[in-house]
Amino acid sequence: MAASEAPAGARSSGAGPAEPNHGLRIFLIWLVVALAADLLIWFVWGPHLPPGDMASASGGQQFDIKVMSVMAAPVMALVLVYGAYAIVVWRHREGDDEDGPAIHGNTRVQATWITVTSVIVLTLAGFGTYELINGQGAGAGEGPTAIWHPTGTKPLQVQVIGQQWRFTYRYPQFGGFETTQLVLPVNKWVQFNVTSIDVIHSFWAYQLGVKADANPGVNNVAFTKPTQSGRFIVRCAELCGLWHGAMNNYGHVVSESAFMTWASQTRAQLANVTRMLPPYATTYDPTVIPTINKAMAKAGIAGANGYYYPPNDPVQP
Amino acid sequence: MSVPARVATLVVAFLAVVAGGSFLVINFLLSGPPVESFTTVSAGQVHVTMQEDPQNTVSNKPDWVSYFIKSPTTGKWVHTTLFRVPAGTTVDMTILGYDGCTPLRNPFWSKVTGTYGNRAYVNGKPVAAINSWSGCNVGHTFSIPGIGLNVPMATPSVTATLCGTSPCTSGPHEVMTFKFKTPSTPGDYFWQCRVPCGGGFIDGFGGPMQTIGYMTGNMEVVS
Repeated sequence: MAASEAPAGARSSGAGPAEPNHGLRIFLIWLVVALAADLLIWFVWGPHLPPGDMASASGGQQFDIKVMSVMAAPVMALVLVYGAYAIVVWRHREGDDEDGPAIHGNTRVQATWITVTSVIVLTLAGFGTYELINGQGAGAGEGPTAIWHPTGTKPLQVQVIGQQWRFTYRYPQFGGFETTQLVLPVNKWVQFNVTSIDVIHSFWAYQLGVKADANPGVNNVAFTKPTQSGRFIVRCAELCGLWHGAMNNYGHVVSESAFMTWASQTRAQLANVTRMLPPYATTYDPTVIPTINKAMAKAGIAGANGYYYPPNDPVQP
Repeated sequence: MSVPARVATLVVAFLAVVAGGSFLVINFLLSGPPVESFTTVSAGQVHVTMQEDPQNTVSNKPDWVSYFIKSPTTGKWVHTTLFRVPAGTTVDMTILGYDGCTPLRNPFWSKVTGTYGNRAYVNGKPVAAINSWSGCNVGHTFSIPGIGLNVPMATPSVTATLCGTSPCTSGPHEVMTFKFKTPSTPGDYFWQCRVPCGGGFIDGFGGPMQTIGYMTGNMEVVS
């Protein structure tokens, strides 16, 4: 801005034709470009921004990205418009060997710049903080004690168990069966209890907007409410070993009646395996298996370099 | 030093660096276990035979547990976990379980899945699951997550003296058999053991569990 105003003032005092008001020109061009960009972002590009709006958490994230983009676009437009204007209008012309004017700053421009950028940054910081805390938990893992949780409803509990190199899912409200399939009902709150039985994984249900680290011995809670039926992909987002890149599967959001049918059928089909599972708990620590550990210790078993290796036992590679 | 001598020195030094780099790439980065190819289909199926051993005395990691594959051409045991099978074909798998027991970290994998009838056979006797927490009777698993295959491997008696030299040719062992169909789509399908059998590593999940040629490998499906 300072550069645009200083040359105008300097040259208007000379013998040549009066300089146009470059500041006003740039402002008007910027206004049109910024408005067009924001309208395109909000109405055309916005609905397609990641991660989509298949669930409440992902819809909230898409809204946040749209807001950020709408606020960032005018700033970017100003830089580009100013740069393009400078190249077109103030470029060097044949025979013009005059030095440019000495610029010593402009208090009004500086104050405006500092004020506007401060307002933008602080507004975004406030908006982001609000969305993180109150925006349905933002779909992120909130730790064992969630700072946000849905009120007035009892969410479907799904335990996500990370293990090399597969996620399995346990449904404690349906007898605690465990399965490799992730099936959820539409329009119902889901509480993911994410944990691991070996190394650190990260449960990333992309289209649901849920991403929560899976730490051994920790229950990491995340919420979402699927709002559309369909398929979503689950990936591990934490480098977890040799086949980390193949640790993914698809989940499905179905109608509530279809979910109930699936859950009851799966519960019956897996009944013999469910009986072998430890009692449901929010953390999954099979390093503590009293029965088998006692049996092995009694037998003095060392086959397969066997044993059950507790976290502190004993060796570090 | 004359100019020709300098040039010669430079060329020799350059060639030495290239040779050293090539040796490094070929011997360490591109080397790996061989791939055993089971592409001869007989009566609509291929026969694959493997064994899992409590040690591995044919490598520089003798205390690592390991799978071996029986070569379809020579009939000899090969220290590898890579094999190739045709697409859309039945694999008649036999795995000799020479290793002792270690409980599954997650007993969910006690269940046999992905085989014909979701059954496997222990010495000819059908089983739908083997509970590794109720008794010390599972050593490893053979699991291909990409096709939903999971088979727990039964073990010899807990008091048995296990085979001590690999590949095992005698000693107490269980014979696991099962059949599954390969995908119709060619591609790579990794397989793994789900028992934490990497002795000497954190939680038993390091070493052989993370190394191709030991307790994990790849099934290459070809058209």
